[in-house]
Amino acid sequence: MFEIVKKELLADKIYQMDVKAPNVTARCLPGQFVIVKDGEDGERIPLTICDYDREKEIITIVFQTVGASTEKMALLNEGDSFTDVVGPLGCPSLLCEEKNLEETKKKKIVFIAGGVGTAPVYPQVKWLKEHGISSTVIMGSRNKDLLFFTDKMAEVCDDLHITTDDGSFGFHGMGTDQLKALWDEGQRFDHCVAIGPMIMMKFVCKLTKELGIHTVVSMNPIMVDGTGMCGACRLIVGGEVKFACVDGPEFDGHLVDFDLAMKRARQYKTEEGRKKLEFEEGATHHGGCGQCS
Amino acid sequence: MDMMKRTPIAEQDPKVRATNFDEVCLGYTEDEAVEEAGRCLNCKNPRCVGGCPVSINIPAFIQEVKNRNFEKAYEIISESSALPAVCGRVCPQESQCEGVCVRGIKGEAVAIGKLERFVADWARKNGIKPKAPETKNGHKVAVIGAGPSGLTCAGDLAKAGYDVTIFEALHKAGGVLVYGIPEFRLPKDEVVAKEVENVKGLGVKIDTDVIVGKSVTIDELMNEKGFEAVFIGSGAGLPRFMGIPGEQANGVFSANEYLTRNNLMKAYKDLDTPIHHGKKVVVVGGGNVAMDSARTALRLGAEVHIVYRRSMAELPARKEEVHHAEEEGIIFDLLQNPVEILTNEDGDVCGIKLIRMELGEPDASGRRRPVEIPGSEYDIDCDTVIMALGTSPNPLISSTTEGLETNKRGCIVSEDDFGATTKKGVYAGGDAVTGAATVILAMGAGKAAAKGIRKYFGEDVA
Ligand SMILES: Cc1cc2nc3c(=O)[nH]c(=O)nc-3n(C[C@H](O)[C@H](O)[C@H](O)COP(=O)(O)OP(=O)(O)OC[C@H]3O[C@@H](n4cnc5c(N)ncnc54)[C@H](O)[C@@H]3O)c2cc1C
Ligand SMILES: Cc1cc2nc3c(=O)[nH]c(=O)nc-3n(C[C@H](O)[C@H](O)[C@H](O)COP(=O)(O)OP(=O)(O)OC[C@H]3O[C@@H](n4cnc5c(N)ncnc54)[C@H](O)[C@@H]3O)c2cc1C
Ligand code: SF4
Ligand code: SF4
Ligand code: FES
Repeated sequence: MFEIVKKELLADKIYQMDVKAPNVTARCLPGQFVIVKDGEDGERIPLTICDYDREKEIITIVFQTVGASTEKMALLNEGDSFTDVVGPLGCPSLLCEEKNLEETKKKKIVFIAGGVGTAPVYPQVKWLKEHGISSTVIMGSRNKDLLFFTDKMAEVCDDLHITTDDGSFGFHGMGTDQLKALWDEGQRFDHCVAIGPMIMMKFVCKLTKELGIHTVVSMNPIMVDGTGMCGACRLIVGGEVKFACVDGPEFDGHLVDFDLAMKRARQYKTEEGRKKLEFEEGATHHGGCGQCS
Repeated sequence: MDMMKRTPIAEQDPKVRATNFDEVCLGYTEDEAVEEAGRCLNCKNPRCVGGCPVSINIPAFIQEVKNRNFEKAYEIISESSALPAVCGRVCPQESQCEGVCVRGIKGEAVAIGKLERFVADWARKNGIKPKAPETKNGHKVAVIGAGPSGLTCAGDLAKAGYDVTIFEALHKAGGVLVYGIPEFRLPKDEVVAKEVENVKGLGVKIDTDVIVGKSVTIDELMNEKGFEAVFIGSGAGLPRFMGIPGEQANGVFSANEYLTRNNLMKAYKDLDTPIHHGKKVVVVGGGNVAMDSARTALRLGAEVHIVYRRSMAELPARKEEVHHAEEEGIIFDLLQNPVEILTNEDGDVCGIKLIRMELGEPDASGRRRPVEIPGSEYDIDCDTVIMALGTSPNPLISSTTEGLETNKRGCIVSEDDFGATTKKGVYAGGDAVTGAATVILAMGAGKAAAKGIRKYFGEDVA
């Protein structure tokens, strides 16, 4: 069993949990993820490792409730346990590997985080800071109430830009607008890491392609096992089939077929929609009425 | 009684079972088993034993069944097999033990598999379990993967006094037995979980949610965690796709994904993990995996077509499964092959383009090679396509282990009959070495490697 040692509501529908997971902390690195499962028959939910303490054997996860399974997860409290936490899965971020350190030091790096994407960006910025590399971070959300980790991020980043779509805090606009503004001011970057909703990553890539900035994105397709066994997570990258769970989750953003990835992400929409309604409204609502699929 | 014919066995009616996930075959009663055992000629040179990859003493256990000494029969089987309730259900008996039974020359072979299953089920219902050893020898061995090969190797080593820990990537032990083979062929709680419990009963620890190569490496297990030897039974789980247009569409699944959602995650019970409920499903392939996918889709309410590029005679699936699939109403579209998956504007599957095939000259495998008939393409409607084209070993372990050689198909190279690999103290077996094969071969390899490991520790074993 994997105990939840801390739980915090970070923003509307966004939770942080610190979880005891010795099988993960021995070897995990930024960019990797875990799969958590609550209960014998719970769904396997992939979540990025947002922070880790090797000594205390604790990982931090941050998640947004979007469907029945994350909704159920949010009901767990400190002292409760996940039935399963498996990982670390996927490849570490190339930026955060010791062997690439000299190369990385030469780069001028900008991170663009959208929504919960802030959580997976944080460990990378922190790792770089610990290795003497400072980077620029643009973190955006729809409005002020959805912002989180602003203080934590400020601690590890000297050049932090916060944006909101509605202008309720910081720069009024989206992450892409902020990047464009910095670029127009004369700032130059040669490496961009964009993590957030697929649509946001797609538009970041469109812009960085125009600006000629090499861009890495972290893909979050539907997954089942997370070990390369099922192919549910397949994407087309540079014309080739890739399994996000073992070949990724990070890929060259300019090579990812986002339109296909977004279509694939909708795959269980109706099935999951029904599950969510059933969870929220009890057995009265199974989606059979034809009004709500 | 007609001695040429098998004692019939009860099965769920095809119409009824097509709508549920309960086991198809209901098994023999005691009297039926005794009657069937009476057909065995107790041959002096039993050909059946040579047909069994783990050489179960078949006539001996069958004689005990005939005399109603079921416990003794179980002991005899247990000398050679750790998973009799599984093998009795899923072995391709017609090409192994039963395929060479002398009874089969003039009539029907003795129902060896069904008798083995009967004995194992009887033992389970009567609480008979293999016994843990009295003394331990203190040697620590790690086993990677809790499929048939890993469970068998671990069980044998534990019986010999070793301190064994199995590391399993998934949240449940059993390998393909829990995620691949469906409930209606192999009940999970009643059969697989009980066999896993038996292995644990021998003192084997099973550590789930540990991915070797990610959570921990083989070198760390050996250099830091005190394991003196390792057995790799990680299977062949990497699914293959065809590489045809439309394969990334919504509604196209690998058989592994489809079956894992349904079996391991129990999607058919409408729990948390969703599954795509197709109305018309096309399954591509002709092996056990294809049959299992097709019969699963049927039970979830679909009209199901199996598309296979050769003819009925070449279907690699077990005869019994093909027969059951036909009875249940699966439609076989033989001598055809997909060339494209058709999609609508939302990116969902709406059909499949097939081309007709004919059989040409025999190929390297001795089977006649299917060749396309030019210009014979045609489309059929469907909303789901399941690719059951075979699997290969996952590179995760080989790529993170120094000095472990693989061949060009990605299979771990084993250098002797005892599963030794190119790395000292590391043994391997099952699908990870052979590529996708069978439960009994994986078990046999696990047994052989257990011997290899005991020899490695200086034990004198045959
Ligand atoms: C490698 C990887 C890392 C991930 N890391 C995180 C993380 O750190 N924090 C986090 O909150 N989520 C993360 N996700 C996404 C998370 O796994 C899903 O949000 C979760 O599985 C949804 O489960 P559910 O059953 O509650 O919702 P579902 O009912 O499955 O989903 C509801 C709807 O939300 C959509 N959806 C799914 N994922 C997302 C997403 N990430 N953003 C927006 N919409 C989505 C689905 O397409 C679906 O239509 C990650 C996914 C992957 C593959
Ligand atoms: C749908 C289907 C139907 C089948 N039907 C039949 C049949 O009727 N009769 C028959 O004889 N055979 C059948 N087979 C084949 C048979 O199941 C396999 O040959 C057999 O299970 C192989 O056993 P194994 O122990 O080598 O591997 P597996 O059963 O594949 O077990 C390997 C285990 O290792 C785990 N693992 C993998 N990598 C790691 C890692 N890095 N760290 C930790 N754990 C890891 C996996 O999660 C898995 O649990 C079928 C196969 C499938 C897929
Ligand atoms: S293990 Fe398989 S091959 Fe051997 S006797 Fe049993 S059914 Fe036959
Ligand atoms: S070959 Fe057939 S008849 Fe002879 S011992 Fe084996 S099962 Fe019995
Ligand atoms: S999640 Fe199954 S292969 Fe990636």
